Amino acid sequence: MSALIEIEFRLNGISRRVSVPLQMSALEMLRDMMGQHGTKYGCGEGECGACTISVDHRTVNSCLKFAVDCDGRDIQTIEGLAATPFGETLNRAMVEHGAVQCGFCTPGIMMQAQQVLTDNPDASRAQIQRGLEGNLCRCTGYRKILDAIEAAAHPSPAVD
Amino acid sequence: MAPTPREEAFADSLIGRRVPKLDAPDKASGRTRYLHDINVPGQLHAKILRATEVHARIVSIDVEAARRVPGVHAVITAADVPWQRPIGITKDHMPLKADIVRSRRDEIAAVAADTVQAAQEALRLIRVAYEPLPIVTNSAQALGPGAPLLHGEDLRVPGRNGALEVVHKACSDNVSMAYEYGHGDVSQGERESVVVVEDVFWLHYVTHCCMGVSGVIAEFDASGSLLLYSNTQVPFLHKREFAELLGIDPGRIRIIQPPIGGGFGSKLDIYPFEPIAIFLAKITRRPVKLLFTREEEFIASPTRQPVLLKLRSGCDREGRLTFRAVDTIHDNGAYTSWGATTPFVMMQTISSLYRVPHCHYRTRAVYTNNPYAGSFRGYGNLQATFAVEAHMDKLADALGMDALEFRLLNAQDPGESTPQGMHFRSCGFKECLGTAAERSDYAAKRRRNLEHWNDGNPVKRGIGMASMLHVGGGAKMYPSDGCGTIIKLDDFAKVTLITGASEIGQGSETVLALLVCEELGLPIDSVTVVNNDTAITPWDVGVHASRTTFIGGNSAIGAARKAKRKILEIAAPKAGRTPDDLDLRGGHIVLRATGERIQEIGKFLRSLHFSEKAELVMTTYYYEPPSVHLDRNYKGNVSAAYAWATQVAEVEVDTDTGIVRLLKITAAHDVGRVLNRLGIEGQIEGGIVMGQGYALSEDLLVEDGVIRNPNFRDYKLVTAPEIPEMDVSFIETMDGEGPQGAKGVGEAPAICIAAAVANAIYNATGTRIYALPFTPEKVYRALRGSNMPPKWPADAA
Ligand code: FES
Ligand code: FES
Repeated sequence: MSALIEIEFRLNGISRRVSVPLQMSALEMLRDMMGQHGTKYGCGEGECGACTISVDHRTVNSCLKFAVDCDGRDIQTIEGLAATPFGETLNRAMVEHGAVQCGFCTPGIMMQAQQVLTDNPDASRAQIQRGLEGNLCRCTGYRKILDAIEAAAHPSPAVD
Repeated sequence: MAPTPREEAFADSLIGRRVPKLDAPDKASGRTRYLHDINVPGQLHAKILRATEVHARIVSIDVEAARRVPGVHAVITAADVPWQRPIGITKDHMPLKADIVRSRRDEIAAVAADTVQAAQEALRLIRVAYEPLPIVTNSAQALGPGAPLLHGEDLRVPGRNGALEVVHKACSDNVSMAYEYGHGDVSQGERESVVVVEDVFWLHYVTHCCMGVSGVIAEFDASGSLLLYSNTQVPFLHKREFAELLGIDPGRIRIIQPPIGGGFGSKLDIYPFEPIAIFLAKITRRPVKLLFTREEEFIASPTRQPVLLKLRSGCDREGRLTFRAVDTIHDNGAYTSWGATTPFVMMQTISSLYRVPHCHYRTRAVYTNNPYAGSFRGYGNLQATFAVEAHMDKLADALGMDALEFRLLNAQDPGESTPQGMHFRSCGFKECLGTAAERSDYAAKRRRNLEHWNDGNPVKRGIGMASMLHVGGGAKMYPSDGCGTIIKLDDFAKVTLITGASEIGQGSETVLALLVCEELGLPIDSVTVVNNDTAITPWDVGVHASRTTFIGGNSAIGAARKAKRKILEIAAPKAGRTPDDLDLRGGHIVLRATGERIQEIGKFLRSLHFSEKAELVMTTYYYEPPSVHLDRNYKGNVSAAYAWATQVAEVEVDTDTGIVRLLKITAAHDVGRVLNRLGIEGQIEGGIVMGQGYALSEDLLVEDGVIRNPNFRDYKLVTAPEIPEMDVSFIETMDGEGPQGAKGVGEAPAICIAAAVANAIYNATGTRIYALPFTPEKVYRALRGSNMPPKWPADAA
């Protein structure tokens, strides 16, 4: 069996120390060792975005990142995002705009939406679309997801 | 102006509102526990070894080294489960293959181990020796003389008493299923025609690509009863099938359906991985969890039915359709699943979308060494509509008639009964045609685009139209097409809605809650929906055929009305009224006429509960739609209602590169009535984009039986920047049988897109392409006349 490496990092604001095998992905570590089930496996190859997390405030596909490379980093998952005020705004927008169907893509899309709007709080619809290029959704046809992210960027009082 | 009492009464109606999905807040915070996220204490992880040959005899399987891997609890092959029984629509498919593999997905061995890693290591150590057999991966060739036979021998398994019994008869011509339907006399129709067109179309392989990969958890209790965590869309049918497979009483099988990462029809059949996980659980006496990788998902889940289709159609001088004749060869793949039954839907489109006096339809589903096809949203209708709508344009153009006028002339009306026996109680087809045409400015744009064919600009615009007819009130394929509901009201007027109808992301949970609230005058957040455990929920045939809102909805309404009736009957005498004077609104028992509040419903329920008589309000209802089974000639009114739609596609074709961009879809859907506006919009938009993928980018490349692109890099799903503008109109025909007038819509939006895009490409360029998808390479070649159009095989008669 392969050797374990001890790493330490912040996960959603809390310090964590774990021992992980060298070849383990950050996705496997989060899901299988740390109970972060909101981060999803969709392809394991960096092609679907379901596993998107934020590492030092940049989104990455956690399936492509080695767990050991999380050492010393600041990691945020959907569970962390959902607990922030912006996460709550985004959650409400996704719900009210009907952006969630099966919901399997949703955590990854929310992580990526946060990135897009952090990089550019005034992102245009086209910029949001491009920002989400790496996140696949099979259910919604994306339109309501885009509506939701636009609304979260520019909150307006009523939806209906 | 003050609202009238009637307006007041309906001010709190939820029908047609935008009601967010009840399960969305959890999903959008990462809390929802999908099958993938469930871990049962003591569980083992399973992995499956698949064939490396497309068609071969298994000479030997050596599992000794695999069994010695630390952490491995069991390695099984067919030899370890001599009692296994076949699965599939025709029972031609053994979960673990004993002697012959017929496709690259075939399951040869399986491992259960403490970790996924140990299971994978064990798989690598299994040695299989094959003796290759001749392969056939072209369905037309498989029909030809001398083709290798895939199921040329009887399939025998030990029966209950130990003696061998034949479960699938030898197939001497590779035809797994055949269908023939007709009405009128096609040769007479031919004689009455002034224009006749005939073409061959090829509808390609695509696959569901549910974002959540397939999986199952199987666990036996000490008495031998089986608990399955499964993403099935048909839990009650599968309960029976699994029972048969294991030789146990169906009552001893319980299926729990955790939230699902997409279904789209992919989970209507049992696939080998499910029995295999069950075998491992039985043998190891441990819970066994089996999850696919994405690559496995591409290789070992079903495809949409690929079809080679020959269509011949004609019309008379006035533009009336005279006849339609269809012959198809369905590539069945190595085993038979629901794909082979798509003709049930295809022939409806052929016979009844437009009025056709003379019609003939034939399908042969043919065994090959390819992946096998299952059911997929639209169920054959994308394929049939693609051909039919190409001919609607071609016939109109040949007559010099406006393409919209031509369609309107042949379109069905409400009240019509078709020669195939379908009865259209409600039918908004002509409104769909008119609305979509008007909102897209179809006629003018179609004319204008023609003027640019030869203007030297390499970028062309095109507009194209297609329409569809699909079951919208269930489909009576099983002895019952019903759904059961149990409703209980607690002391605080909270409702538990227990329904057989499964939520697969489509929003059934929310729409059913909405329908119940509408009856009981309670807010949507007063409802808890229980819909995922066969030990609790009443029977339902399953999520398919766009039936859940219609059937599950009528069932929920039935149970809610009984609860309402009970409340009003007890409340009326106390209020000195008759039950008909009263109503439930805004959480209160009210006077129907004025809305005046008499008592809070919760208070009423408590006083009923804690009175001398001590009663609770709990009701049950089973709804069976008034539809019939098809007869031996495939005739009959198989659905309680039918849905209609017209979709207009606008494209830009870069003739220098062959790149087709979908700019806009204008859609008009006869949905009966909008129940949850947010939900129905989501279904339609998602369906449109799924149709876009089918038309333009998705292509499961199957070469000599091997899938060449089992990943999202090479299998191109539509991404966020590529979606078209979408203009969706709802035609509300208020179906008399539908729940609050609604009809099913789940499959409808995906059906027309490819057909409309094909017509739009023709309108842009003057080139018609008969094979999907319209990838840049194919379009580029077609524009230069160097495409090989699909051909009907000479020896396939
Ligand atoms: S699972 Fe990481 S990108 Fe798909
Ligand atoms: S909601 Fe199902 S994949 Fe996006």
